Amino acid sequence: MRNERTTEEVALGIRRRVFEHSMRNNGGYLSQACSAGEQLAWLYNEELKLGAPTLPMIPKPFEGVPSPSNPDYHTGAGYNGPAAPEFDRLFIAPAHYALVAYATLIEVGRMAPEGLEMFNKDGSSVEMIGAEHSPGMEVHNGTLGIGLSTGAGLAWGRKRRGEPGRTWVFMSDGEVQEGQTWEAVQAAAFHGIDNLYAIMDVNDQQCDGAMSSVMEVGDIKTKFRTFGAVCVEIDGHDVQAMRDAVAEPHEGRPLIILARTSPYRTMPILEERFPRLHYVRFKSEDERARMNVSIAADLGVEPVDYSH
Amino acid sequence: MMEMVSRPYARAFEAFAAGNPDILCLSADLTSSCEVDGFRDRHPDQFLSLGMAEQNMMSFAGGLGLAGYRPFIHTFGVFMYRRPYDQLMASIAYPRRKVRLMGFLPGVTTPGGMTHQSIEDISVMRSIPNMTILETGDATEVESICEAADSIDGPVWCRVLRGSVPRLFDTPIRVGEMRELSSGDDILVVTSGICTEEAMRARSALARAGLSIRHLHLHTIKPFDAQALLDHIGSVRHGVITLENHVTEGGVGSLVAETMADAGAGKRLIRLGLKDTYAHGGSRAYLMRHYGLDALALVEGIEDLTGQAFGITEGDLDAARVDDVHSLVKAEAL
Repeated sequence: MRNERTTEEVALGIRRRVFEHSMRNNGGYLSQACSAGEQLAWLYNEELKLGAPTLPMIPKPFEGVPSPSNPDYHTGAGYNGPAAPEFDRLFIAPAHYALVAYATLIEVGRMAPEGLEMFNKDGSSVEMIGAEHSPGMEVHNGTLGIGLSTGAGLAWGRKRRGEPGRTWVFMSDGEVQEGQTWEAVQAAAFHGIDNLYAIMDVNDQQCDGAMSSVMEVGDIKTKFRTFGAVCVEIDGHDVQAMRDAVAEPHEGRPLIILARTSPYRTMPILEERFPRLHYVRFKSEDERARMNVSIAADLGVEPVDYSH
Repeated sequence: MMEMVSRPYARAFEAFAAGNPDILCLSADLTSSCEVDGFRDRHPDQFLSLGMAEQNMMSFAGGLGLAGYRPFIHTFGVFMYRRPYDQLMASIAYPRRKVRLMGFLPGVTTPGGMTHQSIEDISVMRSIPNMTILETGDATEVESICEAADSIDGPVWCRVLRGSVPRLFDTPIRVGEMRELSSGDDILVVTSGICTEEAMRARSALARAGLSIRHLHLHTIKPFDAQALLDHIGSVRHGVITLENHVTEGGVGSLVAETMADAGAGKRLIRLGLKDTYAHGGSRAYLMRHYGLDALALVEGIEDLTGQAFGITEGDLDAARVDDVHSLVKAEAL
């Protein structure tokens, strides 16, 4: 399932799907597709060692939360393949990137395009904020800052069992405002959890706007290194830089890749919405129409017919 | 004279966990205070120090659960739910990880004051879906808490006693059951944790006053056998009185009240415990007297329930044990 298309092609496909979806639904997490497109494309198309999906290509409806009376409960991790010792695991720590993650699953052939039609529909498992049972998800990460800790625990346990598979966490830079992120890094360094990998979408944006206007976080590369991680900073739109970064030696330490990105990469018209890029809901029919034409041209597709 | 057992948890945990590679001992800088320092020293391969960082510890434990381990987290109970409540919910309770939350120093069993006293933990845990709640009331229950907790297919909240613990019972915890300590037909007394010993202290004085007491001890608070409780309520003439080392809202008193209301049981209920108040720092005996959690408070509650004055005073109650706050069986002053 790998390398049938280039990672750049997959990234473009992710953006096209998120664009089309957002146009039809009068809004969406467009900016996250701009910043994270290459990262998720690279993980799924090249870097992660995953088995074939174990869940149906068209997602099943919501089948209930975990409880003793729901013995058939399962998470959405099966879209990433089985949890076998040799395979990698991936957590999407910022669960509001779910739309981008679902688009990625479709682009790499792990979910049917119909899955995206179920996005945020009542009774669907394809939830707006990725839940445990949503395609490609294995844990709840909607509360930001808990993903890396969970990944560290899983990675420590897998290392102890001698499993060769790695544990990856896709993170967002807003999470460094949470103290738990730093608790997780110090614990991962202290316990030598070097089968733990993170790639962080450093787009400098958060819900209220630019991070520098909400809570300045300073030099996070130095902070991660001081807390004990090996940290590499790259251009998050340069796939070759990702390939080089993951080769960084990090024996006895987690590897954290800071992917510096633009929140309007490939969709420059989104800059009009700065600093409110977290969730782009069109303010008027005129704005929707202008963005439709502009972004479609940038992505090399026809404008979306969202009139019906 | 009551048998006192020194550090029953230390021996019980080591006997249960040592050599089982799927059980891990987690600690957050209170290793000796939770009596697992010996285990750490003798079984370092099963011990994980996670430092004074409970938010990470809870999610990390969730990750260990996902990897197939059964972590036993050791710290003061209060530190396992107040700050890291979000992590407890999202990383442990929701996904039903087999994490065993061993909460030491329940209620007023610590002189550490508000920051150290878990006075509303049962209320919080009862409202968390998927959570099981166990509470120890004597050395035998402490000795059996690990096996009982580890029998649960999901997360378990345990109120664990440490240090010098009296032996009141001779059978281990059987999850889901309740102990019937006396079978009278005037008043039903329902207690848990350290309050059970208090109710037992009042037993002979109440008998001398001519009262027939039915006494239940709860080691399993969730899940709860409502019908068994209702059968006991149906067996007494006057009413029900609860006594707990916890606020009266959301704990055993509320559990009994809800059970009675759901069934339309038309009897009086008096709930004793911390009455919508924080406690402060002091000895256990002082705090239990000051806040009305002791044997005398129970007697006064029974007088209220029956409308009779029995003239029972502290001197009429069976001798209380006197714990030295700085005794050697405590790992440290706190």
